[in-house]
Amino acid sequence: MSRLGNLGHRLHRGEVSYDFVGKRKLWYGVSIVITLVAIIGLAVNGLNKGIEFSGGAVFTTPKTSVSTGDAQTKTQNVISGHHDVIAQKLGTGGLRIQVSGIDGTTADKVKQDLAKELNVDPNAISPQVVGPSWGQEISQKAELGLVIFMVLVVLYLAVAFEWRMAISALVALVHDLTITIGVYAIVGFEVTPGTVIGLLTILGYSLYDTVVVFDGLKESTKGITSQTRFTYSELANRSLNQTLVRSINTTVVALLPVAALLFVGGGLLGAGMLNDIALALFVGLAAGAYSSIFIATPLVASLKERTPEMRALAKRVKAKRAAAEAKGESEEPQDAVPADADDEPVEAAATATVGGQRRQPTARSRGRGRPSGKRR
Amino acid sequence: MAAPKKGRRSPGAQGYPGRALAVILVALVALTGGMFISGHTSPRLGIDLAGGTEITLTAKNTPGQANAINKANMDTAVNIINKRVNGLGVSEAEVQTQGDRNIIVDIPRGTNADQAKKQVGTTAQLYFRTVITEANNAPAAGNKPSPSPSGSPSSAPSSSPSGAGKNGASAKPSTSPSPSSTAQGRAVTDAVKAAGSSSPKATSSATPSTNPSAASTPPPTSGAAGVPPAVQKQFNALDCSKPTQMANAGLGAQPTDTTVACSQDGKTKYILGPAQVDGKQVSGAKSVYDTQSGEGWIVTLEFSSAGGKKFADVTGQLAKQQPPNNQFAIVLDNQVVSAPSVSSAITGGSAQIYGNFTQQSSEDLANVLSYGALPLSFNTSDVTTVSPQLGGEQLHGGLIAGAVGLALVVLYLLAYYRGLSFVAVVSLLVSAALTYAIMTLLGPAIGFALNLPAVCGAIVAIGITADSFIVYFERIRDELRGGRSLAPAVQRAWPRARRTILVSDFVSFLAAAVLFICSVGKVQGFAFTLGLTTLLDVVVVYLFTKPLMTILARRKFYAQGHPWSGLNPKSLGVQAPLRRGRRTASPEAKEA
Repeated sequence: MSRLGNLGHRLHRGEVSYDFVGKRKLWYGVSIVITLVAIIGLAVNGLNKGIEFSGGAVFTTPKTSVSTGDAQTKTQNVISGHHDVIAQKLGTGGLRIQVSGIDGTTADKVKQDLAKELNVDPNAISPQVVGPSWGQEISQKAELGLVIFMVLVVLYLAVAFEWRMAISALVALVHDLTITIGVYAIVGFEVTPGTVIGLLTILGYSLYDTVVVFDGLKESTKGITSQTRFTYSELANRSLNQTLVRSINTTVVALLPVAALLFVGGGLLGAGMLNDIALALFVGLAAGAYSSIFIATPLVASLKERTPEMRALAKRVKAKRAAAEAKGESEEPQDAVPADADDEPVEAAATATVGGQRRQPTARSRGRGRPSGKRR
Repeated sequence: MAAPKKGRRSPGAQGYPGRALAVILVALVALTGGMFISGHTSPRLGIDLAGGTEITLTAKNTPGQANAINKANMDTAVNIINKRVNGLGVSEAEVQTQGDRNIIVDIPRGTNADQAKKQVGTTAQLYFRTVITEANNAPAAGNKPSPSPSGSPSSAPSSSPSGAGKNGASAKPSTSPSPSSTAQGRAVTDAVKAAGSSSPKATSSATPSTNPSAASTPPPTSGAAGVPPAVQKQFNALDCSKPTQMANAGLGAQPTDTTVACSQDGKTKYILGPAQVDGKQVSGAKSVYDTQSGEGWIVTLEFSSAGGKKFADVTGQLAKQQPPNNQFAIVLDNQVVSAPSVSSAITGGSAQIYGNFTQQSSEDLANVLSYGALPLSFNTSDVTTVSPQLGGEQLHGGLIAGAVGLALVVLYLLAYYRGLSFVAVVSLLVSAALTYAIMTLLGPAIGFALNLPAVCGAIVAIGITADSFIVYFERIRDELRGGRSLAPAVQRAWPRARRTILVSDFVSFLAAAVLFICSVGKVQGFAFTLGLTTLLDVVVVYLFTKPLMTILARRKFYAQGHPWSGLNPKSLGVQAPLRRGRRTASPEAKEA
């Protein structure tokens, strides 16, 4: 199968693994930096709010040979008074001309004049006139939705999993939203109601990923206290590595249609709601995939390690390892965590660090596997 | 072979995969059949895809009326707007509430959107105008040539069938320049006796009175003084029985103009003088049951101080006139709601309107008087007009994006899962077919219209749906890596994959539901599609993907792990099938 398939297998068996949990401080740091940058960007740049937030009109024209610059000047001539005019070329060959702060009656007049200037049929121009408070209205609703959703999700996750996971998921979620908003502020993408929709959808998606990872985590840490080989963090990391391929695949597959929407749909139609939703989703999804792996799970591990049981467990594990070391270098060519993480009762390939030899250790692993009972 | 614990299986799914498949098949056939029977074979397209105008109105908070924005008022507003828009002869215009304070008006292409915009946008035009001429509605047959100076007054004895032919006249011989102030009222009564004898005919229903059978005698005084010939012409041509004409009558007239108007029931037409008092000067109106004088339901009016003074002036003057010129018309959206006659000046800033009201009709009138047309005032939040061409382009763009997205997902699955992707692709197709059929049927059923955000939601949903398959496939592979052969692996992977799928779909659905409830405008289309597809995802995974997998697991191609099956143990890194004995005793330990 493809290389990723192999990788999947090796990750599954722990031959290859990345210590997400162990290096969590690093990734927390990275995330904090990103978040800070996002917040600073937001504070300095602010958001580039679309006309939906200030009121105004957007005119979409049919295919025309007029350049954006010309269209901009022509529109400026048509309207009286000071209004911001932005013209964009669309994939269809038409123009999208945005005029801030005009109302319906003015827009009608502008439409007529514009049609004359651009030499097109007035009825072929599609105007959209937005009242000044519309964007506000949408965002207020969105904020409300955000809060309701977060409360519900935290409750649900607390019941379905546990409160530590719920908190971690929430942190990851806020993290994703901050990053997305930060990207908007820094790059200067226009914020429209479409963006707000996209943002809200990220909520569901980002959590989808996190939930898939948590589900694996919950399963692999079942009965954790009845063994002394691994600490919670180690098991969490292993579970993360095992579900890594799944996470990557689900993310890629989720991103593909969004990318199509963004680049194909957006390319054809130019700016518009399709683009706005897709862009927010794209940024948010990417952030979501990152956070569910690098932030959410390590965070759960951090929280978990503070509980008395897990502390006790960590102590026992430590003691046991010390004892084993004292006994001699029995299973030595392993480096501590990844190899330990390699415990697979069914096919425990203990010597698996040597990636190339996968096929051989069957017999040995079977041999190793057997004493699993002893280990407990 | 290492039989997994019984309890872990879902026997139904394993035992009779054919049944589940049959259920899906039947559902598909039924939905498709429904599509053809109902005659809708493609989803209804929203304004942004089909072209047309969409207007979003947002109710404004009025200070002091915190609870004014409620469902009842919103519904009333929707009804009124609906009447207004459809009264314009717009076919299939749709008016509906969205969220708790928004009203969406969809006007299909090809209709006079400009006019509709005006009608919808203006909240309330309530005026008190003096009646200059009144006539029974007549299909302006013979007498178009209007400004006939014939002295014959345009009376409209409500009962007498006369009015019809006569009313061309009424032009010149006027006397009463009723407009505005001059005279002072004399008596101080504060009752408007609605139309002489018994009249404002209070015809039970929502349109109170309107036919104030203005004292039958055609007084020579009537006729219209300053009626411009153009207005007279309009009046003559006006046929109030035609909804379009009715709606257009006097449209755009300034309050200071002399204008024409129809009664709400279309039975009477008027020439009206300039507005004397407008709706803003009414500070309140109530429907009251009058126990003292036994008049039954009446409507009481309160004016602002300026309004009360003006009203006193006007009524004082009107009282001196002969019928029908002693009437004032309550004009709402250019239609005469009621035209009571005045017997004496009304001072004191309040008035009562009598008439044979029912409770309903008096309440309606009170509503109209206190709120103007709509029980709420609205901001026009968004007016989007989409030319059919642009709509077509957007639909086209959306479809192409969807096709490309689907193709990319299929390619990725194919590259990664090989033969297994067959299951995924077929499942995706089934899911798509179900979505399409349901969307189509929801068009006529609940008025669902596929708009651009909804298309967007459907495309995004491809990812969510495919994700479920991936979760399942990865589980199966995990089991295979555990050394199981395919058939048991498929069964054992299911309960775990199922749980993951359910949990994550639940979260996704929750997001869609919250988005749907807490959103306005087109967002709802997006949320709706997302929620629908998430539900369908669960259905498809349960009833289609899993059974199909079970069946395929029996095929040699898959069971023996053909290199192209995506289940080749070798490429999964599994060595020769392991003979496992006690292993299975600790299923949890497998990953622990």
